Amino acid sequence: MDLSLDHRFEKDNILVGKLDDLINWARSNSQWYFQFGLACCAIEMIAAAQPRHDLERFGAMPRASPRQSDVILVSGTVTLTMATRVKRLYYQMADPKYIISMGSCANSGGPYWEHGYHVLKGVDLIIPVDVYVPGCPPRPEALIEGLLELRKKIREETPLRKVS
Amino acid sequence: MELAEIITRVNTAVPGAIVPTEDDAGFIQVEPKHWLKVAQLLKDDPELRFDSLMCITGVDEGPEGRLWAAYNLHSMELLHKLEVRIFVNRKNGSIPSVANLWRTADWHEREAYDLIGIKFKGHPDFRRILLPYDWEGHPLRKDFETPDYYRGMPVPKDKRGWE
Ligand code: SF4
Repeated sequence: MDLSLDHRFEKDNILVGKLDDLINWARSNSQWYFQFGLACCAIEMIAAAQPRHDLERFGAMPRASPRQSDVILVSGTVTLTMATRVKRLYYQMADPKYIISMGSCANSGGPYWEHGYHVLKGVDLIIPVDVYVPGCPPRPEALIEGLLELRKKIREETPLRKVS
Repeated sequence: MELAEIITRVNTAVPGAIVPTEDDAGFIQVEPKHWLKVAQLLKDDPELRFDSLMCITGVDEGPEGRLWAAYNLHSMELLHKLEVRIFVNRKNGSIPSVANLWRTADWHEREAYDLIGIKFKGHPDFRRILLPYDWEGHPLRKDFETPDYYRGMPVPKDKRGWE
C-alpha cells in the first residue's frame, strides 16, 4: 500500500502517511527566513521577496526576529563586528534552524578575501551553513534555487528517528 | 580669494604659522601648535569666512614617513576653497582638535584616529568610531599587521588545502 501523504485512503478526508513525512512537509513549506541584509546582496534578496520573484509562493517570508524564523539568510558581507551578532542571534533561534549563505562574501569573504582586515572569511567559520548560493551578487533565481535545495534537504530528514 | 592672498592674510595675523611650500602646491601647511589660532581666523575673518569643513583625510606615509591630516574647507558665503595640511610625527605627534569650531570635525577626527591613528588633542568625545572598542592597532597604517584572531574568530584567510 502506498503510504505517502497525498494518497487518499477510502474515505475522502483521511490521509495515511508517516509522521516524518508530515513534519518534513510542514517544515519544508514554511521556511520563514531571518533576514541578514548586510551589504549589496541584500538588494537581490529583497528583489527575490518582491512580487516579480515572490518568495512567498514557496512559503518563505521575511521575519525580523530570530524567535519567529526557521532559516537564517545571510546575504552580504559579514564584518567581524557583525559576526558576533550573527552568532548570538543564531543561538537565540529555536530548533530546527537552517542557514543559507548567499553571495561570495558570506561564502568565503568575497572581494575581501585577502586584504579585508575587518571581514569574516566565510560565515561557515562561526555557524553551520546548509546551502551556499554562489555569485556576486546571486540573481534572485539563484536564491530561489538555494531555497529549493534546502527544501530537498529538509525532506530527507528523519526528525523522529535518531540519525545513525 | 586666491591662495596667495589667503597665505598673506594668515601670515600677517599669525606670524610663522604657515610652513612655506612650493608655489603651485595648492594647499597650505600649518604647524600643529598654531592650528587652533589659524582655524579660528579662517572661520571668523570677514574676508575668509570658511564656515564649512567638508572633509578631513588622514594619510600615512609609511614606516619612515610622517602622518598627516588634510582639511578641506569651503566658504558658503564667499565661495572659495582651501586645503590645509598638518604634518605630525608618527610616534607621539598630536593635532589640536577643531571639533568645537566645525561640528563636521567631530566624527572625521574620530575616523582619522580610528583608521590611521592620528591623535587629536582636546576632542570632546575621543573614541573609535568604526571599529569595535577592543580592536588593537590602526588598520590603514602601512605597517599594520592583521591579527590572527579577533574574539576567537580567525581573521586572515586560511589557505591550507587550496593554494
Ligand atoms: S558577494 Fe558581492 S554583491 Fe554580495 S555582498 Fe559581497 S560584494 Fe556585495
